[in-house]
Amino acid sequence: MPTKIEKDSLSGQNTTGHEWDGLKELNTPLPKWWLWTFYATIAFALVWVVIYPALPIPGATGTSGWIAREAVVRDVQQAEARMAPMMSRLRAATPQQIAADPELRAFAMAGGRGAFANNCASCHGAGGQGALGGFPSLADDEWIWGGSLEAIHHTITHGVRANESDDQRQSMMPRFLADGILTRPQVNDVAEHVLSLTNRATDQAAATRGAALFAENCVACHGEKGEGNRDLGAPRLNDQIWLYGADKASIVQSISNARAGVMPSWGKRLDPAIINMLTVYVHSLGGGE
Amino acid sequence: MFRWLRDHGVIERNVVLMGVLTLLTVSIGGLVQIVPLFAVETTIERVQGMRPYTPLEQMGRNIYVREGCYLCHSQMVRPFRDELERYGHFSLAAESMYDHPFQWGSKRTGPDLARVGGRYSDDWHAAHLRSPRAVVPASIMPPYSFLDRPLDYERVADHLRALRVVGVPYNDEMIANAKADLEAQARPDADATGFNGRYARARQGAFDGDPVRITEMDALVAYLQMLGTLVDFRDVMPAQLRQQ
Repeated sequence: MPTKIEKDSLSGQNTTGHEWDGLKELNTPLPKWWLWTFYATIAFALVWVVIYPALPIPGATGTSGWIAREAVVRDVQQAEARMAPMMSRLRAATPQQIAADPELRAFAMAGGRGAFANNCASCHGAGGQGALGGFPSLADDEWIWGGSLEAIHHTITHGVRANESDDQRQSMMPRFLADGILTRPQVNDVAEHVLSLTNRATDQAAATRGAALFAENCVACHGEKGEGNRDLGAPRLNDQIWLYGADKASIVQSISNARAGVMPSWGKRLDPAIINMLTVYVHSLGGGE
Repeated sequence: MFRWLRDHGVIERNVVLMGVLTLLTVSIGGLVQIVPLFAVETTIERVQGMRPYTPLEQMGRNIYVREGCYLCHSQMVRPFRDELERYGHFSLAAESMYDHPFQWGSKRTGPDLARVGGRYSDDWHAAHLRSPRAVVPASIMPPYSFLDRPLDYERVADHLRALRVVGVPYNDEMIANAKADLEAQARPDADATGFNGRYARARQGAFDGDPVRITEMDALVAYLQMLGTLVDFRDVMPAQLRQQ
């Protein structure tokens, strides 16, 4: 292979000197700006290795002493210091005091919205609308455990049946069919009676039979007319709001195997100020008492 | 200047020189990647609470890997303030020291799951996995309702044994009781004395809502519910978080 570097007459560049069947290859150099930028990045990397922790040696830090984990702790401390005056007031005040003070209330609503979106919206919905399957709406005026600021604060702090706090909301409906308290036809009768509380019974005779069973087994918690009992977390049965579905099959399922929705306790996860903000925010969603 | 860089023709025409230089280049790459691994122990923080996964959690973890959850969900809270505000304490190396393979992920189409344990109820996880949009209308996660099929855990002891080979401290007792422990955890009424003695801070439950059948849903929810719950950061001193 002949090697003869020539100057190409059209481009003015040298060739590589290689020739294959009359074809020659230009040896156009890389643009100067590109080449020097490339060298500059190499130099930058060397400087970086000196300043920041980049060497794979245990305990090596750069000359700046910067460590990601310490930097984030500083960031958090600075942010906490900036928020401290307001947060300490929110921590010290009761939810009632926050709701009554326009300045604290405005702050609590803004902070509560963020905390709700992060921690509560997955189950209770972005607007507190809830979801079928045991995730109660917080935007209506029916409350299982109470809708006062105090009750909401207690529920958020201690949770429901999560076994994380001694003061949790606790109640356990029996599994009437699964535990053999009622037979299958009896469960059907009770379900008909429950439907009759909202005038939806399809089998009047069964509903009448169910009334006696209801009086025996259900009124202690759900009340004579199915008005519910917040001290026991027993939901109302005589309105149109159903946690697990309003149809007969869902009601039969509830009586047979019981439901026991769980809400985590947030007292150990969230700052008391944030729980206060959430309380005021949830109270404002529509049904606060 | 740098004329010698352009004269790679010299290298290309000398196979011995080319071989030596190639070896040199590859060695540098190899050294940079391999040598730090000799000191990998020093990156693991000395924190309390870490334990191997229970057999049920480990089977759930296998399902997590099988379904490719890591493609959309990371398990790595990075040390930035916004992530700490949303997810909690940044992840530690110690928290994934028993993970083979680790599930840090590299893309968040969904939220980070490193600390999802205990944030929601078991019912929510089961409802959400069966039909994500039933509880989170804006979700784009696919439904996993097929996980309600029975869990195949005949060979769970082999999974534990294989993990022991790569360094997870399962002892003989854990391996011998693997199947019984899996059943004890998935059935809330079962006697769990032995199980609780072997695995601290493990919770029994009817994770999929059904206390009798043991399903893939049970395993996956049990795994999700323990993520990030082992290290109690209220007990951790800043000095323990320093990587030696």
